[in-house]
Amino acid sequence: MQYIPNILFVIALVAGIGYFTKNIRKVIRNIRLGKDVDRSDNKGARWKNMAMIALGQSKMVRRPIAGILHIVVYLGFIIINLEVLEIIIDGIFGTHRVFAPLGSFYDFLIGSFEILALLVLVSVVLFWIRRNVINIRRFKTLKGWPKNDGNIILYFEVVLMTLFLTMNAADLQLQAIGAEHYIKAGAYPVSQYISPLFGGVSEGSLIILERTAWWLHILGILVFLNYLYFSKHLHILLAFPNTFFADLKPKGEFDNLEAVTKEVMLMMDPNADPFAAPAEDEEAGEPEKFGASDVMDLNWAQLLNSYTCTECGRCTSECPANQTGKKLSPRKIMMDTRDRLQEVGANIDKNGSFVDDGKQLLNDYITAEELWACTSCNACVEACPVSISPLSIIMDMRRYLVMEQSAAPSDLNNMMSNIENNGAPWPFNQMDRLNWSNE
Amino acid sequence: MSETVKVPTMAEYMAEGKQPEVLFWVGCAGSFDDRAKKITKAFVKLLHNANVDFAVLGTEESCTGDPAKRAGNEFLFQMQAVTNIEVMNAYEIKKVVTACPHCFNTIKNEYPSLGGEYEVMHHTQFLKSLLDEGRLTVEGGKFKGKRITFHDPCYLGRANNVYEAPRDLLKKLEVELIEMKRCKRNGLCCGAGGAQMFKEPEPGNKDVNIERTEDALETKPDIIAAGCPFCNTMMTDGVKNKEKEDSIEVLDVAELIANAQDL
Repeated sequence: MQYIPNILFVIALVAGIGYFTKNIRKVIRNIRLGKDVDRSDNKGARWKNMAMIALGQSKMVRRPIAGILHIVVYLGFIIINLEVLEIIIDGIFGTHRVFAPLGSFYDFLIGSFEILALLVLVSVVLFWIRRNVINIRRFKTLKGWPKNDGNIILYFEVVLMTLFLTMNAADLQLQAIGAEHYIKAGAYPVSQYISPLFGGVSEGSLIILERTAWWLHILGILVFLNYLYFSKHLHILLAFPNTFFADLKPKGEFDNLEAVTKEVMLMMDPNADPFAAPAEDEEAGEPEKFGASDVMDLNWAQLLNSYTCTECGRCTSECPANQTGKKLSPRKIMMDTRDRLQEVGANIDKNGSFVDDGKQLLNDYITAEELWACTSCNACVEACPVSISPLSIIMDMRRYLVMEQSAAPSDLNNMMSNIENNGAPWPFNQMDRLNWSNE
Repeated sequence: MSETVKVPTMAEYMAEGKQPEVLFWVGCAGSFDDRAKKITKAFVKLLHNANVDFAVLGTEESCTGDPAKRAGNEFLFQMQAVTNIEVMNAYEIKKVVTACPHCFNTIKNEYPSLGGEYEVMHHTQFLKSLLDEGRLTVEGGKFKGKRITFHDPCYLGRANNVYEAPRDLLKKLEVELIEMKRCKRNGLCCGAGGAQMFKEPEPGNKDVNIERTEDALETKPDIIAAGCPFCNTMMTDGVKNKEKEDSIEVLDVAELIANAQDL
């Protein structure tokens, strides 16, 4: 009977990690629905990007208030999670504060966890005020689930940090009254001020309090872990691969579609026989679709972008089109892409493979009006703290509109036919191109 | 301006069996737009002044394809690119300079994988290099002490991380260079990029160029300096919209340098 807590703990741990793994595999499968793109070059620059941008938070601090608060929560998250290691070992083997023999280093660790926990609590409260009280447009424009999601994450943090400090406060009190099993270990710079609240409480009640806080804390962590998949909070994991696999080219360089290059080279080749039957070694597949109308037409890095987006809205707040009241919001482009990808994933879960549901990313999620409002200025790409490119998705969808549907705004059709006919976006004769020198 | 400037073409150079130091890619705006033609001429004067051996493609030049690509027409872009690359490669072009950040970005970044590899410079970078080599002198002249703010073109700045060359040149003019609150990598677009220049804006509550002009007006400038013919048009329209055209000029960096010396 004495092993029941250990067994329950292992069951909770396995179930929590198991369900999370199952969902992460879904994320990976969904990302792989995207087209191939080579992001394996220049490993040195990629590691550096990841170290600077994800690990080092270099782009977060461009907005100092949010940036510094974020660093506190981020450091708190990483460092306090060292404590989880001890909790797991204690849980499995029925020990208590197994790292206590580290002595003064243990005191230092627990002490810094407590201070960080307090700082996290303060930051999270400030975050909540920024999201719900202060009139910050990029948060105010979030409605429904995305708004709730942001708040739920903050509530989770508050609960977890409070449980952690409560657990330590009860433990400290138990240490003080010399309860069996509760060895004297750790420094408690924060919970020592909570501990006196439990002054007159009996040893039995204190143990119940300490154990309850301990269990709720670890179960809370497991629930939070599994919440990630359903939430924008997935960025705490995906920011790392996303910055690693980010596009390293200059921001102004848009990819040249290879399928188009093939066609163009054929058209330009004077020896090409326009009536030739396809060579035998050529694959007689479906003709390639140009541009993107659905998530499967995007590349895997763009789909990884969509799962990484944490909906902070820095992109949208920098977007010139959005600032001047146009419908375009780069954040919405990323959220729509993820929502559609999740829908496609659920479709595959249900049917084994994707069955046409009569919907697509274009029109059902993102409208042409949004796409045509973009000035391709790269402000959104520059603003993203985790190297997401909403612009590349906008461009791929424009390509579909123009090359597959001939659905460009008529002004643009005029511009394009001018280029086609006389080599300039305006109706001037190419032969007049040097006239300026004599005017 | 009605004076004729001598502008040699690549064909003329070829006929003489010579190769110029640099190809000046004029671009569509620089060739046809009345406002941008003045920038082209100012830049040519500076090239002559610095004894740069340059040539243009003239009637053999065609749109780089930038607006077509950004509008989503990859076919048209690549047709334009491949045609231009054939012409430039036939002339064995090594170095290209252009006063248009869109041409600059496209030739520099998007032509190489289609077979067109050149050293490409924006005219502000090229002028800066002439200055560094001592071939060009930049003096304040009539602009000395004027309040000037520089609007970063997206395709020069964020797209290619060129922020300092135009500013270095402006500082040489001994002007008071005042930055807008949004500048360099945070610079706001003028509203022309991504083929917006050639279409009506989507429905909204303001035009982007007005928003950007307001940024510029906050600095109380005498002159708004630009480095792109499209930004120039957008900012000029913005200044007119604010009825400030009598007190504020919108000038390209090349024009400022040329005018300062009364070239």
